[in-house]
Amino acid sequence: MKKNNRLYYWLFLAPALISFLIVVVIPFAMGIYYSLTDWTAVAGLKSNWVGFANYKAMFSDFAFKYSFMRTFLFTAISVITINGMALLFAFLVTREIKFKNFFRAGFFIPNLIGGIVLGYIWQFIFKSVVPAAGAYLGIPALEELLILADPTLTLFGLIMAFTWQYAGYIMMIYVAALLNVPQELLEAADIDGANFFHKFKSITLPMIAQAFTITSFLTLVNAFKQYDIIIALSKGGPSDMYKGEIVNSSEMLAVHIYNVAFKYNNMAEGQARAIIFFLVLSVVSIGQVYYNKKREVEM
Amino acid sequence: MGNKKKVVSIVLTILTLILFLLTMFPFFIVVINSAKASLEIIMDPLKRPDDWGQLWTNIKIIWTKPTVKYASSVLSSTIITLGSLLTISVFSAMAAWVLVRNKTKTSTVIFMLFISGLIIPFQVVMFPLVSFFRVIHEVTGIHMLRTYHGMIIAYIGFGAPLAVFMFHGFIKSIPKELEEAATIDGCSKPQIFFKIVMPILKPIFVTVIILNAIWIWNDFLLPSLVLGVGQDIQTIPIAIQNFAGSFVKKWDLIMTAVLMAAAPVIVLFIFLQKHIIKGMVSGSIK
Repeated sequence: MKKNNRLYYWLFLAPALISFLIVVVIPFAMGIYYSLTDWTAVAGLKSNWVGFANYKAMFSDFAFKYSFMRTFLFTAISVITINGMALLFAFLVTREIKFKNFFRAGFFIPNLIGGIVLGYIWQFIFKSVVPAAGAYLGIPALEELLILADPTLTLFGLIMAFTWQYAGYIMMIYVAALLNVPQELLEAADIDGANFFHKFKSITLPMIAQAFTITSFLTLVNAFKQYDIIIALSKGGPSDMYKGEIVNSSEMLAVHIYNVAFKYNNMAEGQARAIIFFLVLSVVSIGQVYYNKKREVEM
Repeated sequence: MGNKKKVVSIVLTILTLILFLLTMFPFFIVVINSAKASLEIIMDPLKRPDDWGQLWTNIKIIWTKPTVKYASSVLSSTIITLGSLLTISVFSAMAAWVLVRNKTKTSTVIFMLFISGLIIPFQVVMFPLVSFFRVIHEVTGIHMLRTYHGMIIAYIGFGAPLAVFMFHGFIKSIPKELEEAATIDGCSKPQIFFKIVMPILKPIFVTVIILNAIWIWNDFLLPSLVLGVGQDIQTIPIAIQNFAGSFVKKWDLIMTAVLMAAAPVIVLFIFLQKHIIKGMVSGSIK
């Protein structure tokens, strides 16, 4: 009987566990090793131990530093715009307005569209629709505006596309939090003569602090890992001059890692950068959750 | 007081409507431009299409164009998504169940291993994964790259951590008595799981399936590495990237392809709205 139980234990575990080992655990371990070698991924070619050479190369590579900065910038602004829009949506669709379920669903819909499809929609908007709108409105500046040729505008274009995709999803989490605010509490505050801002600061804000831990974590991680939208919208371009070096202005880390490995054919260095990417992402996201949790309690 | 409230409500409704229309604007652009011919779209992307019949012509072109392979991508995407959803949900539920019901050190370690998978970004395993799939082929002769089973195993591996975590949390709250009674009645372990436990897990199944369906259906980087771009098996996002990413931009056809990719998902959403929103929100608050 006991033996039978053990057999079933492993039989039930096997499919999920073996797949997980093959796909995540073993490649993760391999990746750490590869990052310390001159691995090329070419079949039959043995890789040699090079120690931390790939990591040293990365820190002296200007493109990597630049990509890092742009990723942080993209992430920071995205977290603000997405959460700002999501909160605005959430406040509106939880008020006494008509068709609120319809609006809620509408704001959510862009989230169903994948990054690749979405990127091409926005590429078309930036390339064709904006100039056409300029012609309609008789604004020559808009008509001649080449958004995807300008590094700063491209960055904001990417943020706009990402916000369009993600704000509706984050809105849903805020909606769930806002609906949890007890109505009696707000009514009691009304009787005490509290105005809108008072109520917001003392009741609603602390109530959504917990939601904020989740939403800021999700937006941060997803912005930091963004790949699909960039590939379809700007492909990492346009190139720019920064401190005398030519750089790809929207080549965020996820794109950069891929390009180093495949475009510049340097698998081992790409892998080393992926490991740093993982470490930074872990530290930033764990730190962020820790900080927000602490603040939640204080509030 | 009542009047003031009414005014506020109307103002807020109008504000919401404006934001809603802005949100819908990209879809509007896609729809009107899918029904244009190539010259028409260059001339003016904002005007109404001359002839809505062009939409059907464009759809037929995308559907049959050999360089897009749209029809076969729809089939491949469907096989991969359904195959992955079925396996991820059932295998993860099975694993979570034995992990909860056997409180041993081994179970704790395995559960922790799954959980650690939640924080690993895809980027850090993607290159070694491709190379390990190649090694598996060299050693066992089983093709993993460019195959359905390889793709589905990859999705099980990446999907299992969250799914196991969600099932684990739910199964913990199910009392053991029912299963114990079934054991006394002579039910075997598989019978207990499939006949008694699985029906109880239905709400979690719905959540897991919805979360994974949207991810897998829209996923690009993982399938592009496992299946390759421009190979026999390709998903819809790969087909679109392959076609739309080419140097010459045929925007009329790209917009049609985009519409064809987005429309079924949106229609499905309209019907399953409540489940999808609930599933996605509860999945995020893990």
